[in-house]
Amino acid sequence: MAGTARGLIEVHDFCLRYETMEGAVDAVSDVSLNVQPGEFVSIVGPSGCGKSTLLNALAGFLTPSGGTVTVDGEAISGPSADRGMIFQQYSLFPWKTVRENVEFGLKMKGVSRSERERRARTLLGLAGLTPFENHYPDRLSGGMKQRVGIVRALATGPRILLLDEPFGALDAQTRLIMQQILTNMWQRLKISVLFVTHDIDEAIFLSDRIYVMTARPGGIKAEVAVPLPRPREPSMTLSSEFLGLRRGLMSLIREESIRAMGGEVSLDSLKGLAINLEGQDLSAVL
Amino acid sequence: MEAALRQLPETVPALTLPAEAPAKAKAGPAPLPAVPTDRVARWLRLHRGQLRAMALGLVSIAIFVAIWQLLTVNRATFYVRFTNVPSPADVLDRAILAFHNPIFGEHIWMSCRRIVYGFTLASSVAIPLGLLMGRFQILREIVFPICEFTRPIPAIAWVPMAIMLWPTNEESIVFITFLGSFFPILINTLQGMATVDPVLVRAARCLGAREASVFREVYLPASLPQIFTGLTVGMGVAWVSLIAAEMISGQFGIGYFTWEAYSLVQYSDIALGMITIGVLGLGSSFAIRVLGRIVMPGGTAR
Ligand SMILES: Nc1ncnc2c1ncn2[C@@H]1O[C@H](COP(=O)(O)OP(=O)(O)OP(=O)(O)O)[C@@H](O)[C@H]1O
Ligand SMILES: [Mg+2]
Repeated sequence: MAGTARGLIEVHDFCLRYETMEGAVDAVSDVSLNVQPGEFVSIVGPSGCGKSTLLNALAGFLTPSGGTVTVDGEAISGPSADRGMIFQQYSLFPWKTVRENVEFGLKMKGVSRSERERRARTLLGLAGLTPFENHYPDRLSGGMKQRVGIVRALATGPRILLLDEPFGALDAQTRLIMQQILTNMWQRLKISVLFVTHDIDEAIFLSDRIYVMTARPGGIKAEVAVPLPRPREPSMTLSSEFLGLRRGLMSLIREESIRAMGGEVSLDSLKGLAINLEGQDLSAVL
Repeated sequence: MEAALRQLPETVPALTLPAEAPAKAKAGPAPLPAVPTDRVARWLRLHRGQLRAMALGLVSIAIFVAIWQLLTVNRATFYVRFTNVPSPADVLDRAILAFHNPIFGEHIWMSCRRIVYGFTLASSVAIPLGLLMGRFQILREIVFPICEFTRPIPAIAWVPMAIMLWPTNEESIVFITFLGSFFPILINTLQGMATVDPVLVRAARCLGAREASVFREVYLPASLPQIFTGLTVGMGVAWVSLIAAEMISGQFGIGYFTWEAYSLVQYSDIALGMITIGVLGLGSSFAIRVLGRIVMPGGTAR
């Protein structure tokens, strides 16, 4: 079952088009990328370029309008516990305790209660969550919630882990700790990770490779390898290598962000804004 | 009645014992007896809000009774006439008499039984139906129109129809109670299903949950708080409908008792009946709240 390739993600000429009342929206067009087994790959790109759309297709929630999306050579036909996903929003079940949340995937697999409990305890221990195993999610901080989310997704032993801006809502300090915890777990479990983020530093710090996406309709603008050695330390963010990568990625993304803004902000929408804010017509001011 | 009185001293210590026992057990081995007093102080501090609310509640009830007493004893008339209204003392006298009379207990028992039947039936139909309607749009599209035009008909308006439909009076009253609680429960269950956070459903799917599991593990628990809102509202409407039905067509039942008291010019019994209905209504919504606590542990479900 494990085979030689465990967690090889291949995306070829992937397109996704949303049908809406206003017409078809091309969210992603002709994206090709891959994640090798055990590799950590990030995607960065301007807001609305289709990063979540791509991850949702990989998770099995969306069917490609064109192209192919495969994991270990098999086309994706629907959501599965083989592909763990961490969402932009917190998604713990509020009516379950931390441990019950972590056990959920195993319960769905039909694992016995005692075995579930044992495995959940082990993973919670690794993530430093043992003292909170009987807490309900509403008593956890944001960082802890995402940590539980990651542990929950890993509990079923997925081949790949998809993360959609998981640390976007966390403060800088918590974010650093979470990055280290994630790196730690990834290295231990040797799974493939596809990580979406807005934060360039985060992408460099975590990844083996980074894909930069273009503004909508999203495509791949560049692919950047991160040759920093592992294990990585927070002090590396000050090294000249890191800063060089950062500068390069910054300029790539700035171009796209400006394009994204230019494409979306029309005079009409500005007019509406002016009326709302100042109570007078924009043309009168101009 | 005497038997009940004799039981009282036995139950009182039995109730207070568990609360005191842990404190005593801790104080025994601990060198400092400060632990239990500390806990009492903490309890008082954490529950200060509730204690104040309770104290104020008692005071306001006392004031209400006092005003009632004043108005009735002085036979006040200022457009509203208190000349025939019984005083609290009269009602208390009647209550003591009534509680000695097994007939009164029979009235209460009949009403409670009708509520239990009607309400249980309504919940066991409305909750599953609401869950399924929330999940399957087709079913919603079929059933909802029927609901929409039967819902505005008050349960009381069904009384003549119910009497024609059902072979016995008892069944028609239970039917009225059922109708009264059915719609609030159904509508709230539907509402609960509509507000389930879709990201939780997707998270469950990503963890390998199939249709039935998603239903059981996500949709149901996520809708529970709203379902319990429906049960609370439904219980209230069930009592409204029951009392109305009993007044119109009952033999026995606390609604019948109240109406009968008016016909027999037993004015104190009218107030006694009303107060009993209030207490029963309060008790049943309390029971639902307790059930909610048991079903939704931690009180965290949103
Ligand atoms: N259900 C939908 N129907 C129509 N258009 C959609 C839908 N979902 C997303 N879009 C559009 O597709 C584009 C890509 O959306 P997506 O959420 O994938 O972007 P993103 O890169 O994840 O953005 P962000 O960084 O803000 O999360 C956006 O322009 C969005 O408006
Ligand atoms: Mg997104």
